[in-house]
Amino acid sequence: MVMWCSLIKRELQLLGRQKADWLNPLVFFLLVLSLFPLGIGPEPGMLKQIAPGLVWIAALLSVLLSAERLFKDDYRYGVIEQLVAGRQGLFSYVTAKICCHWLSTGVPLILVSPLIAVLLGLDWQSWQVLVVTLMLGTPVLSLLSVLGAALTMAADKGGILQALIILPLYIPLLIFASGAMEAAATALPYTGQLAVLLAFLLFALALVPLAVRQALRMNVG
Amino acid sequence: MWGSMFRWLDPYAKPETLYHLCGRLLPYLMALAVFTLVLGNIWGLAFSPADYQQGDSYRIIYIHVPSAIWSMGAYSSMAIAAFIGLVWQIRVAQWAVLAIAPVGAIYTAIALITGAAWGKPMWGTWWVWDARLTSELVLLFLYLGVIALAGAFSEAARGIKVASLLAIVGVVNLPIIHFSVEWWNTLHQGATITKFAKPSIDSSMLWPLLISLSGFALLLAALTCLRLRSQILIFEQHRPWVRQLVESKNGEQN
Repeated sequence: MVMWCSLIKRELQLLGRQKADWLNPLVFFLLVLSLFPLGIGPEPGMLKQIAPGLVWIAALLSVLLSAERLFKDDYRYGVIEQLVAGRQGLFSYVTAKICCHWLSTGVPLILVSPLIAVLLGLDWQSWQVLVVTLMLGTPVLSLLSVLGAALTMAADKGGILQALIILPLYIPLLIFASGAMEAAATALPYTGQLAVLLAFLLFALALVPLAVRQALRMNVG
Repeated sequence: MWGSMFRWLDPYAKPETLYHLCGRLLPYLMALAVFTLVLGNIWGLAFSPADYQQGDSYRIIYIHVPSAIWSMGAYSSMAIAAFIGLVWQIRVAQWAVLAIAPVGAIYTAIALITGAAWGKPMWGTWWVWDARLTSELVLLFLYLGVIALAGAFSEAARGIKVASLLAIVGVVNLPIIHFSVEWWNTLHQGATITKFAKPSIDSSMLWPLLISLSGFALLLAALTCLRLRSQILIFEQHRPWVRQLVESKNGEQN
């Protein structure tokens, strides 16, 4: 636990120094969202209708892209090698990484969601549901992105490869998150979708850290 | 108990033994596969009766259904091989992952293409965002991900291990994806053959379908043997037994 806290502190310090790591995904997210009205047309009715899908696709792309360099520096400087060789603390390291990744990419998305609501013409009710789906869904996005980063850590071609292997795994999340928002927009009950999202979160929380640890071990070899 | 139960399998974890076993099985599997595929398809395409509703165009079922079923079968066998390879650190099982993956990907592509060709006359469109079509498409993406990840490392052995892990992650995710898209949208007809209920197909059509089904399975097995043999040779090329094998092959030719 002491180790976990110090790892969290280290990660947060690193994020504080390298602001681009969490600012760029956020800017990317807003940029992608503002491209859609330009490409599709600015009619408020249409934007409102496609908003759930737009927000979630932009969110998963920005979270995915932010994860690309997650382990690169630690791998290059030998931190991960030491953790693997030490047989202790690798799991704390993995969970600390996931937590900080969510804090640095998921939380900012939730914080700018009022802005998104204004941009896409969402009403109060839809915005509330958006925030709840983001709160339940972005941790899953972080978990899976960290897994993708861990799998491709030592690979020669990172970037696009990571997207290729992780994007299919995002599909259930996309379906239920935008489903909840659509249901809310048409005044239907949406608690079912939220419950499923929560189930995804708990399931991923239980299994993904183990897979990430294994992936890191394999990449170090 | 489990240890002793599978003790007889141990010799086959040795690459050389497995190489020769695959070599012995390959001709039989291939011959049987060709025979059953030809029999099943000729029977199905030419002799079984036309459907009362879909006419002759239903006959694509003899290719579509077997390839779709075995695209999933190949993925599960790939994931089982990956699990064995990672848990018990058996290298030949890890190589089997790479041997199965492209075959499974092609099966998935065949299922998608024949499905599109069947969808056009029946539903009036090549593609609909239906649950089963979408999960099959995602399956193709998962296959491509495994293949791409395995090829992305300069050290091939490491790439295979990581790709095996991805195959296992995928198999955990596949049911979730399947039920999500099912919940999301469905248009596809229900399963034709299930284990628990009487098949919703007449026996004159069922028999060629079953034969074709076993043909695709045999072909999968034969191609896996073929590819596994070359994987073994690639990864063991520095071993004496491979050198001997190559030299004796060269001696035969001279």
